[in-house]
Amino acid sequence: MDTSTKLSTGLQLDSAPKIVEPTVYELSAPGRVGVGFPDPDVPLADLPDSLLRAELPLPELSEADVIRHFVKLSTFNYSVDSGFYPLGSCTMKYNPKVNEDMARLPGFANVHPLQPIETTQGALVLMYQLQEWLKEISGFDALTLQPAAGAHGEFTGTLIMRAYHEDRKDTKRVKMLVPDSSHGTNPATSAMVGLKVVQIPSDERGNVDLDALRAEADDTLAGMMLTNPNTLGLFDENVEEICQIVHDAGGLMYGDGANMNAMLGITKMADLGFDVMHYNLHKTFSTPHGGGGPGSGPVGVVAKLADFLPAPIVAVVDEGHEETFYVETGDEDDHHHHEDELPPLYGLVDPSKTIGRVKAFHGHFGILVRAFTYIAMHGADGLKDVSEYAVLNANYILAKLRDTYHVPYDRICMHEFVAEGRWKDAPDVHALDIAKRLMDYGFHPPTNYFPLIVHEALMIEPTETENKNTLDSFIDAMLKIAKEAHEEPELLHEAPQNTPFGRLDEVKAAKDLILCCWLPEDYDNQ
Amino acid sequence: MNIPTTLKYTKSDEWLDPKTGKMGLTDYAQDQLSDIVFAEALVDVDDDIEIGDGISEVESVKASAEVYASASGTITAVNEDLGDTPEVINSDPYGAGWLVQVEISEESDELMDAAAYEKYCENRD
Ligand SMILES: Cc1ncc(COP(=O)(O)O)c(C=O)c1O
Repeated sequence: MDTSTKLSTGLQLDSAPKIVEPTVYELSAPGRVGVGFPDPDVPLADLPDSLLRAELPLPELSEADVIRHFVKLSTFNYSVDSGFYPLGSCTMKYNPKVNEDMARLPGFANVHPLQPIETTQGALVLMYQLQEWLKEISGFDALTLQPAAGAHGEFTGTLIMRAYHEDRKDTKRVKMLVPDSSHGTNPATSAMVGLKVVQIPSDERGNVDLDALRAEADDTLAGMMLTNPNTLGLFDENVEEICQIVHDAGGLMYGDGANMNAMLGITKMADLGFDVMHYNLHKTFSTPHGGGGPGSGPVGVVAKLADFLPAPIVAVVDEGHEETFYVETGDEDDHHHHEDELPPLYGLVDPSKTIGRVKAFHGHFGILVRAFTYIAMHGADGLKDVSEYAVLNANYILAKLRDTYHVPYDRICMHEFVAEGRWKDAPDVHALDIAKRLMDYGFHPPTNYFPLIVHEALMIEPTETENKNTLDSFIDAMLKIAKEAHEEPELLHEAPQNTPFGRLDEVKAAKDLILCCWLPEDYDNQ
Repeated sequence: MNIPTTLKYTKSDEWLDPKTGKMGLTDYAQDQLSDIVFAEALVDVDDDIEIGDGISEVESVKASAEVYASASGTITAVNEDLGDTPEVINSDPYGAGWLVQVEISEESDELMDAAAYEKYCENRD
């Protein structure tokens, strides 16, 4: 989209929202209902007064009122289905709709995890095969599908690391190392499992500083959490040596797999020396993201950690024909065949030293179906293409922007890169202004102010699903914004103007944590 | 950038007033963090602290940061006003934005004077 003409003819500055949609409370009218129930054919019973809240204002609306209200609100939304979404570290790739078709198949959508396993073989086979594929992709020996997000995977993985050391009575290992470029969830999850977090600086090439690492690699080391490629979008050039240093000190290497989209079919985390890692299915394997759906953070481990995995995991509980994945059900005669001719029976097993359950049932099963579909649709060669195009697209944007935006750790990037959103000769312009201005050009902004080691960071991740035209119009917008920053900085400071709402008050949003549309009368006294 | 010459500074952007024992975040730090929306002391009056201990936690719209002690000693006061008005760390980092006050028993030997800290900040940009 090219908005330059529209804006240069003078869009009216107006702090009031351009589109006003009342809340459901404002739309409410007494007595309006969504569904007219038939008269009951049993006597009416009144609820006891003690259970009624007379002062509770519930909105009264018809079905059409509700549908129109929410459909209208949804049109204010920006999503990967409506446009380019280069939100670094988040891998906002397009999610193929076939994923949704598969997740809605009645056999997947209507199963209950408490059904007898003989009646849910299809779901169990899918989970088993997904475990196998995810193990193969990163080279690990065992894997759990339970964790509900990347951060939850980190928590699970660090619990496993702690359990391993405890099992060996190696209880002085209380220290977890994280690079200064790491995502906040790394130190947070380490702290949650009771480990002491020590930050390791990055060197001038954006790699882990090896001398600083060696200085901390002692016998109190539980392990290190490392994102690779790291959050600067750079492959750590010393990753094998880092793993070696940590292993030599008796520690374990945790791999944050948030950036797996750069490495599918190219490098395996286990081969590099990692002992544990999480995937983010909602990033790499195209399942809904953020507000769009629950996440999923499977955790893979090397053989020596397999016994500590959360319980249960899916396994073959009764051997049969190895090549038969899809079980025929309903044929009574099957049970009378000789054991060799039976297809394998899939079931649930508890690893012997399990850390326990980290999520109800099997995690977010519907998400597992989508990720399975994505892998099945691509195949091994297709997944490699995904990563190659993701890296190519990021390097294309980097090559076009590096003369205009300062890139502090400038070398061939992986699937994303981090630029600075500031110029010495435009001192009042900040990364936030650039991000907001991009919205006027019809793009979702990149991640900003992360990683913390880059001043005014703009972290750009195009993903593989964008074509050259889209990349070119994004590059064009970024170049125009850089020019505006120097010539008409007020355009950036006043942005966005082209969106349903103008710039939101982030300070107020962070400080006044009041989400109620109405407050109890005695709120001030509470 | 404002760097008072009466104070001493750390590499992690804290200041220490050797006379009063007050500690806080520097102008450089508050500028990097941008709008501060939350500040909480991690210590209470009468606590004994060591150099490097976390004394406060500060959160801005961009990031959260732990503030470390640059001297050992006993806490004599905690800035209670920051709970309601953490933004004074932005507007007055060396004055109303102070975090804690300490009766100093020992200062960190890595503290810089204003000139050294200014050079240190310039080299980071
Ligand atoms: C590098 C990195 N690690 C961990 C996470 C946490 O993953 P999740 O958001 O799935 O909890 C993220 C999320 O953005 C990330 O970018």
